[in-house]
Amino acid sequence: MTLHATAVPFKDGASTLFPGGLPARGGVGLKPEHFREIIESKPDIGFFEVHAENYMVDGGPFHHYLGRIRADYPLSIHGVGLSIGGESALDRQHLDRLAALIARYRPQSFSEHLAWSSHGDLFLNDLLPAPYNARTLDLVCGHIDQTQEHLRCRMLLENPATYVEFAASTMAETDFMAEVLRRTGCGLLLDVNNVYVSCINRGRDPNAWLDACFASIPLSSIAEIHLAGFAQDYDSSGASLLIDSHGSPVARAVWELYRRAIGRTGPLATLLERDNDIPPFQALLAEVSMAEKIMYADAPRALSGEVCA
Amino acid sequence: MSGQQAFVDALLDFGPANQACPSGLATWNHSDPARRFAVYRNNVMISLIDALADGFPVTQELVGEAFFRGMARQFAIAHPPRSRILAYYGRDFPSFIETFLPAASLPYLADVARLEMLRVLAYHAADRETLTRDEIGAALADDSELTRRCLVLHPSVAVLQSNFAVVSLWGAHQGLGDIAAVDPTAPQTALVVRIGLDVNVVGIDAATGRFIGRLIQGATLADAAIYASTAEPRATEFDLVASLGVLLRWKTICEFSAFSEFSAPGTSER
Repeated sequence: MTLHATAVPFKDGASTLFPGGLPARGGVGLKPEHFREIIESKPDIGFFEVHAENYMVDGGPFHHYLGRIRADYPLSIHGVGLSIGGESALDRQHLDRLAALIARYRPQSFSEHLAWSSHGDLFLNDLLPAPYNARTLDLVCGHIDQTQEHLRCRMLLENPATYVEFAASTMAETDFMAEVLRRTGCGLLLDVNNVYVSCINRGRDPNAWLDACFASIPLSSIAEIHLAGFAQDYDSSGASLLIDSHGSPVARAVWELYRRAIGRTGPLATLLERDNDIPPFQALLAEVSMAEKIMYADAPRALSGEVCA
Repeated sequence: MSGQQAFVDALLDFGPANQACPSGLATWNHSDPARRFAVYRNNVMISLIDALADGFPVTQELVGEAFFRGMARQFAIAHPPRSRILAYYGRDFPSFIETFLPAASLPYLADVARLEMLRVLAYHAADRETLTRDEIGAALADDSELTRRCLVLHPSVAVLQSNFAVVSLWGAHQGLGDIAAVDPTAPQTALVVRIGLDVNVVGIDAATGRFIGRLIQGATLADAAIYASTAEPRATEFDLVASLGVLLRWKTICEFSAFSEFSAPGTSER
């Protein structure tokens, strides 16, 4: 295992986040369609996650419901617009808005993506890829340092779903992420669907990706898992081209990959992401149950640890 | 040119060929990288169209989904977002609709979109307590300076004065009234206000609309009343008591404040 020089920044007490982290349970992405049902039925669920940018509004129902739900549940704030992989400087106004949200809701976790979404004053509203090389590494690490300093908390970085590769890449994705984590002290949000999608789209073995990840990244740095559904498309030669659509149930292959990941990490906060074709809340709860079943049935080591504690 | 600039240029090339692709991309199986790159272009466009569809449901119903998505696509090409907060992305959409030739046969469409944008703004507007009837009664009773005061209205309050029947058109799509009975060319004025969590659309007369619009701009009660009574063209007679009744009934009043020269901007009406 790699030795890590950098300590975890802003450990509990010095951090703007609510101490203790997310619980080792299943959670779902909070959707306005489900606000009332959650308030009324108080489902037994580990945590909720919101996209930060949706709550960068002054007032109204979004803040009303998030405030009520936060009173009852742990919360993860997940940014999609910071553009950490961007060549442009980070938007300080956006960092201020993130800091205000974190101060208001005291989430247990803040995460962002290894991707970019802004260039100049344009916002592209998608998570765009960057080559894995020394130049991008410096850029990303500088932006993560700045973000963690500004927000005064440790952030988690999510591995991306990608559709293309760059001739200019010189590092494997897992090596790149391991180095970012080592330099900045940030944690990993392991998106298992993204692992699957990106590996299929790059003609690689998702299991090998996981093995490489666990070989280079300490388990203690992995703080959350994402699960989602993808859409099936095809490239110009008829090969699979998977789209990270968040619009369908989690695929069987992704559940299998999750089982493998959780077997290594032990029970870990696991989010079911669904952003399109939003089903009834009960359908999401069924997937949450599935995740919890896997994390507690397949992780005897961590379970026994809990019993002994 | 930077790598990401080239990526953006190709990403925003929505030409019919759909083939623009930055250099330096690779695919594991030597398939055409343009096909894979197009996933990003498609993601960007669909997410922007979906964001507009969320904010303008009645506009979409009026023209049908296919027409709406085509129009939203043209808007997104002409106005890619400059903010990361997509809730307000449609701000310039109504003006775009006004100049969108294929929609010229529905001259009221832009104003229906304006009403829907005001509803979005009201939905996300800041929270602020409004005065109760008793508090307002007390304020009115013992205030010799009343006419020189400004009314601070709830942050969600907005007025739309339209040459078309925007309130009825919008209402018919909420199951309020029969769309067939609506004469779209009848001018209407809408008051938009959020009470609690619900955004209301209220039909008001044009003079009341001018009065409230003036108050929003920071005019004193007296100045707003004079403006509403005298501004041309004279659509309806201004009734101060009835207008105050509208403000009371829809719980719009947060504060009676002293007049401040700095809070009264120049006269302008959309």
